[in-house]
Amino acid sequence: MKKLLSLLIGAGLVFGAVTANAGPEQDREALIKYFTTKYPNVKLDNYVNGALAFDPDAMEQYKEIMSFPPFVGIIEQGKKMWDTPFANGKTYASCFPNGGKDIAGNYPYFDDKTGKVVTLNDAIDACRVANGEKPYGLASKEIGVLDSYMRTLSDGMKMDIKVQGPGALAAYERGKKTYFSRVGQFNFACATCHIQQAGARLRSDLLSPIIGQATHWPVFRGGENLVTLQERYKGCFKMIRAMPPKIGGTEMNDLEYFQSYVSNGLPMQASVFRK
Amino acid sequence: MRNIRMGLLLGVLGLAVHAGLAQAAEPVKPSEMTGKELAFDRSLGNCLACHAMPTVHDATSPGTIGPPLIAMKARFPDKAALRAQIWDAAVKNPNTPMPLYGKNKILTEQEIDKVTNFIYGL
Ligand code: HEC
Ligand code: HEC
Repeated sequence: MKKLLSLLIGAGLVFGAVTANAGPEQDREALIKYFTTKYPNVKLDNYVNGALAFDPDAMEQYKEIMSFPPFVGIIEQGKKMWDTPFANGKTYASCFPNGGKDIAGNYPYFDDKTGKVVTLNDAIDACRVANGEKPYGLASKEIGVLDSYMRTLSDGMKMDIKVQGPGALAAYERGKKTYFSRVGQFNFACATCHIQQAGARLRSDLLSPIIGQATHWPVFRGGENLVTLQERYKGCFKMIRAMPPKIGGTEMNDLEYFQSYVSNGLPMQASVFRK
Repeated sequence: MRNIRMGLLLGVLGLAVHAGLAQAAEPVKPSEMTGKELAFDRSLGNCLACHAMPTVHDATSPGTIGPPLIAMKARFPDKAALRAQIWDAAVKNPNTPMPLYGKNKILTEQEIDKVTNFIYGL
């Protein structure tokens, strides 16, 4: 815990007179304060664009690409999957509140019954199982394709993650701990690159800030290469030569829970291009 | 062992992920590389990920995380102190983002000597 606190301070994240155990809302506010103070010219909402928020030229190029997104075919594939009834005649829409519209910003949520964090992809696979179909698996291509369509139904929704009750808080704290723990041969924490160094260049890559990072998944890298949020986490773990936790496992889900919470209030974007 | 290490090192700092930036692996064995080659190599020193080297003409598109490496003799009159910085940057700054090249065995002792000599001349 002491280490965690020193990293927070190292990252310039001084939580007033409070400890590293301040509640989720204080964490979110402290992060917003940190970034708006460090980069007063970047509008908060712009952070949903990740590293592009720091680079107007790259943002222009991005807009050009997004005017004819190279990945629309994949999203159409997802729509077909979404609309196709299960063998029992029901559809995915039947598993979700509001038929699955404007709800993605409520995921992940903490399920008190199972004591676990449930991501949107978990919920999609659980819907299959509840309707007598085989689960796709959380690291499968299919789940990513379905996810890419389902999130278009929540485009523009404000991220609205809830952390209520001791179980939820514990899961949030575990995710936060992972985010701030240095791991791997390179001895980096997520926070090293995405808080402390966000806005700086790692060789030619601008580093995106933690705030807004969870609002726009999956991304399509280089055009059509679909990458889910947890696959991106896995890539970053590997980059620092640390063993990535299992996609869909407790550690990844808790990390996504923490990371999503601190983007609360920011508008979600369906499917974006990334280099 | 070397091969395993090289494999692990691919994609280090995410740099090899961008096809446009990835370069063909050096055919030279690390033991035969110069200090400059070790410092530049994306899977070994990769110092350019964070440091500019303003006096080196082919040190292109450097990162901005660390300070530019320039006039090192003036800043590190004692070469051993420079080596120590590369071996374990956390001694000076416990929150350093700089990899601990010696302590975490990212480079061998001999490789660190070569990199130190190269940096010392900047
Ligand atoms: C050594 C630096 C480094 C570390 C440590 C690191 N990342 Fe990254 N991360 C990057 C780079 C480089 C990118 C690509 C540029 C960008 O969008 O920031 C990236 C991208 C991301 C993105 C995608 C942002 C977007 O909008 O496309 C997410 C999410 C992310 N990282 C999460 C994490 C998490 C979680 C951890 C810890 C397990 C982590 N990162 C650790 C360097 C790092
Ligand atoms: C991921 C980022 C990163 C990488 C990679 C990196 N450094 Fe650093 N380096 C830093 C930072 C940041 C500092 C500033 C001091 C600190 O915060 O520890 C620094 C400081 C230094 C200093 C001290 C400079 C001074 O004037 O005090 C030297 C020398 C140095 N680095 C050499 C290297 C060499 C040689 C390599 C490659 C073998 C390397 N660094 C790789 C981030 C990095």
